[in-house]
Amino acid sequence: MKLDYAEAGSVGRPMPDWLVKLIWPVAALGLLLAFNLAFTSLFFRLEWRDGHLYGSLIDVLNRGSPVMLLALGMTLVIATGGVDLSVGAVMAISGAVAAQMINVPGMPFGLVIAGALAVSVLAGVWNGLLVGIFKIQPIVATLILMVAGRGVAQLITGGQYTTFTDAKLVYVGNGHLFGLPFPVTIVFVMLVVTGLLTRKTALGLFVESVGDNEKATHYAGISSRAVKFMAYVFAGLCAGLAGLVAVSNIKCADSNHAGLFLELDAILAVVVGGTALTGGRFYLLGSIVGALLIQTLTTTMYMRNVSPEIAPVPKAIVIVAVCLLQSPVFRNQMRRIAKWRPA
Amino acid sequence: MKRNIGGWVMVGLVAVCCGMMGSCKKETKSGGGAPPPRQAQKIVVGFSQIGAESGWRTANTESIKGEAAKRGIDLQFSDAQSKQENQIKAIRSFIAQDVDVIAFSPVVTTGWQEVLQEAKQAGIPVILSDRAVDVTDDSLYVTFIGSDFIEEGRLAANWVVKATGGKANIAELVGTPGSAPANDRATGFREVMAKYPEMKIIKTQSGDFTRTKGKEVMEAFLKSPEGKQINLLYAHNDDMAIGAIQAMEAAGVKPGVDIKIVSIDGVKGAFEAMVAGKLNCTVECNPLIGPALFDAVEKLMKGETLPKRTVIEESVYEQSQAAEAIKTRAY
Repeated sequence: MKLDYAEAGSVGRPMPDWLVKLIWPVAALGLLLAFNLAFTSLFFRLEWRDGHLYGSLIDVLNRGSPVMLLALGMTLVIATGGVDLSVGAVMAISGAVAAQMINVPGMPFGLVIAGALAVSVLAGVWNGLLVGIFKIQPIVATLILMVAGRGVAQLITGGQYTTFTDAKLVYVGNGHLFGLPFPVTIVFVMLVVTGLLTRKTALGLFVESVGDNEKATHYAGISSRAVKFMAYVFAGLCAGLAGLVAVSNIKCADSNHAGLFLELDAILAVVVGGTALTGGRFYLLGSIVGALLIQTLTTTMYMRNVSPEIAPVPKAIVIVAVCLLQSPVFRNQMRRIAKWRPA
Repeated sequence: MKRNIGGWVMVGLVAVCCGMMGSCKKETKSGGGAPPPRQAQKIVVGFSQIGAESGWRTANTESIKGEAAKRGIDLQFSDAQSKQENQIKAIRSFIAQDVDVIAFSPVVTTGWQEVLQEAKQAGIPVILSDRAVDVTDDSLYVTFIGSDFIEEGRLAANWVVKATGGKANIAELVGTPGSAPANDRATGFREVMAKYPEMKIIKTQSGDFTRTKGKEVMEAFLKSPEGKQINLLYAHNDDMAIGAIQAMEAAGVKPGVDIKIVSIDGVKGAFEAMVAGKLNCTVECNPLIGPALFDAVEKLMKGETLPKRTVIEESVYEQSQAAEAIKTRAY
């Protein structure tokens, strides 16, 4: 953090911190989109079909929404200096609960959603207890549910695919609202709610102070336990929503693969978005842009016939570049090299 | 080494004697020291399963358990939950229990040398089921029973030739890159395709064997410049095909009609899709290996030698057969 202020001062443009952090992921996304505009035909083609927009850009928003949801929760967790590895498994649990419940005749739809989210929140409570109250290392604490959670999901579905046809549950991941896929609305609402809660109340400041200096926060009279606990509960809720989107999308609970490795994408999105893994300042918009960057890369690979074996390589290069640009140390080095003139 | 061979010979001799006496009694076994005499006369088989990750796997497990019960074989079943370390532990415990035969479906192909060596030293024959292992010394297992993934790829391609007259613009949904079924199913398909120059793969991407990815990739395929030309989809498993069907429907393309679809595995979902007219053909990857597995076990107990490779019979199901076949599907 300190470095950033120093740097902003030295260049002589007093930009708000969040804007500085947003520059690089937005620039990377912009560059990638510009590349696609120039070289990937039809990438920008949008059509109006059956009362909604249709095109690759819409797919990016739609397919990126689970990771965007996860990234919102992950941002707060990482801001407290922690990490939540269990969100992918919690997605699987949430989806499994929803798919099992919807197949019970006469079950009201609201109860299905409430049930799936309640179980996800419970998973968050478990993580929050371990990390916040019992002070177990976040990686270890959430690893438990990451490993065991998929087993729980398997248990719920009996190790089978549970398919469903209920129109309301199918709508969550396949429906359209305002001409856009419904998951986009979920992400938007969650972003606004999270933004308001953290920026218009003191909650965001609490989270940042816990991540920056837990001891000082404690002496200032803020319960770091409660703040951490809430962050994990919120991450659980976000994972639950992402799980509902994922299960609804394929009309089937696939406990083995739902959300598999998505916790890593979420962490990546948060880091690309400018939030440091050491905790402190967090940037919700940055995380969303990070998630969109990852998904745009993936969709670009599909469109451009990059062979599946090497597809991870260009993705990695872009991500590494953005992470390096986010590093003040790296930027200062680059600046020094740029200024250097041979005598 | 010498002692091992001795052990093997003894096991063989004892088994042959038992066979000749017309009983399957096997009281002693030399090899790893002095094993405790066993009271039960049943054949004891230790089986380590990968897990219960799919309907296919569950059917595989049920076939093995059911067949063991039918033949009165004492089956020690262990679920590895997709972890190699669990599987190695299970195999070590089978060795400690001194079972007659160890069988397992390896989670991964590498890293088995040591534990299989231990089994060999204990004089316990090992059968691989469904997946192969990568070991330098193939005397570490007696036989590999399972599907031939390359042949499945060929069967799928043959169906394409039959259905399109050898003229197709193909989109391919590849399985998890680097996995044996993905590699082999791609190889077999291309082998046949090489003879038909008008069969072209115009799009190929990995759908990771999942519905979610199958849908996501197909969605992108349909929007790509070549999207309109695709008239056939080859998916390395049924789940990706089922995901792709959803993507086609969302894009206003008629699956099974505008784009013909062939996939591999033969799970129930595929038969349902065929009955609904959305999938054209599935090449069965037969999970019911119980009978073949215990045939091999009984042959071993009689001291017969087995071929290194036992291929399971597989069939191709087309739309017209689906309605009839779905009634008898076990998985």
